[in-house]
Amino acid sequence: MKKIIHFTLNGEPVEALAPVNMTMVDFLRKEMHLTGTKRGCEEGECGACTILLDGRAVPSCIMLAMEADGHEITTIEGVKKNGVLHPVQQEFMDKWALQCGFCTPGMIMSALSLLNENPNPTEEEIRDGIAGNLCRCTGYVKIVEAIDCAAKKLAKAKEAEA
Amino acid sequence: MALPEFDYIAAKSLEEASQLMVSMGSECVVMSGGTDVILQIPKNVAKGMKTVIDLKTIPGLTRLDFVDGEGLYVGANTKLFDIQSSPVVLDKMPAVAQAAHYVGSNQVRRKGTMVGSICNASPTGDCGAILLAMNAKVKIQSSEGTREVAMDDFWPGFKKIAADKKKGELVTEIFIPELKSGEGSAYFKHAVRKAMDLAIIGVAAWVKMDGKKVADCRIAVAGGDVTIVRGKKAEEMIIGRELTDELIEKVAEQASAEMNPRSSLRASAEYRYDMIRVYTKRAINKAVETMKA
Ligand SMILES: Cc1cc2nc3c(=O)[nH]c(=O)nc-3n(C[C@H](O)[C@H](O)[C@H](O)COP(=O)(O)OP(=O)(O)OC[C@H]3O[C@@H](n4cnc5c(N)ncnc54)[C@H](O)[C@@H]3O)c2cc1C
Ligand code: FES
Ligand code: FES
Repeated sequence: MKKIIHFTLNGEPVEALAPVNMTMVDFLRKEMHLTGTKRGCEEGECGACTILLDGRAVPSCIMLAMEADGHEITTIEGVKKNGVLHPVQQEFMDKWALQCGFCTPGMIMSALSLLNENPNPTEEEIRDGIAGNLCRCTGYVKIVEAIDCAAKKLAKAKEAEA
Repeated sequence: MALPEFDYIAAKSLEEASQLMVSMGSECVVMSGGTDVILQIPKNVAKGMKTVIDLKTIPGLTRLDFVDGEGLYVGANTKLFDIQSSPVVLDKMPAVAQAAHYVGSNQVRRKGTMVGSICNASPTGDCGAILLAMNAKVKIQSSEGTREVAMDDFWPGFKKIAADKKKGELVTEIFIPELKSGEGSAYFKHAVRKAMDLAIIGVAAWVKMDGKKVADCRIAVAGGDVTIVRGKKAEEMIIGRELTDELIEKVAEQASAEMNPRSSLRASAEYRYDMIRVYTKRAINKAVETMKA
């Protein structure tokens, strides 16, 4: 069974005929052909599938495509603006906060959500913010550093604006 | 993972959801955040479930209000994340914010709800114990009207809740009475990992002090039985007595002794008995330490 859903995907309005029995992560990967969102445990445990739902990081493997109806969805593909990487993305590269990269899209989506909710997080708050994102390569130190640096850059940019 | 076939209905009102439940009976399942429901779809479809009724599309169920002189109202669609980060909850009932924060991860808590947590009725759920200890009430609504059920009566058995699905009954709100002067509460979860790990056990305590004496007390244990339960004999032991370390020690032993934990992959029954004792002490101590002046 398929049903029509309307939602915003990375800033663009989308009308799609989506299978009712499809999770959001499968819908994004198979129907929208956006494979940046990774599929790991499919049980809400690993965070590889993290996307933003109305600006807040959620696991897309324990979300039905149907639940996107009427909402704003952002995936890793929608984070870069006008060809410029977001400071969080740039810091992940500059700090070598990735090795295999499988956890990285989800990690970045969690970081974006965290910085929206709490622009000046402490190290403990950063660690809590990404506690639902498993990384089997880096040991997290560089990831925490990257998020911390991005937070400081964003704060500076805001200050300059004001 | 491909899910089996089922239908999905985004309910627009409580009446609609209730009526659908009555007409579909055991062939439907309701969800709010869906963090439990979606994972259980394959199992439930195999048992005859045909339709998922989404409640999160019903407007007006995202209440998170603290009313002075009354307490905290939590709607059926209110997210755990909003509870854990609410300044007023952190200020007025930090143990409730803490319990919400213990669930899964931030991602899970941005999707999952407190009502979903207690309706999931897991014996090791992280929200139930503090709600039971603080004597919370649950509002249940159907086309036949609204009734209120105390947390004490909310779980009639293993994985069972007081809201009757066949009658179209839905939980619409949780009410947690405010802490008055001399009252405090606390919840501790014991798990292997700090995040994303189910509790081995959890203990919540609510105390009401009268000077050095305990005027009233409620102790609730998760992982101690087939539902979250109170340690009533332990409570009797502490009420009316002067609070001392020796008394807390004895009360904690009693709370542990009256539980009936099982052995599972996560931990042995023996270990659970011992941890219930340790965490009962901690919960009582913290409830007293954080008591309202
Ligand atoms: C990765 C992961 C980690 C988790 N970790 C923890 C943890 O550490 N501690 C913990 O306690 N829990 C944990 N959970 C489970 C947690 O309880 C739930 O995820 C969440 O609290 C449930 O909320 P929900 O809104 O998503 O519920 P749903 O999945 O929507 O529903 C849960 C149950 O309640 C019923 N229900 C929902 N709303 C109503 C209503 N209004 N009236 C009647 N019935 C209703 C549903 O039919 C279902 O049976 C975890 C889950 C996941 C996926
Ligand atoms: S794939 Fe969604 S959390 Fe692991
Ligand atoms: S970089 Fe490999 S899992 Fe994180």
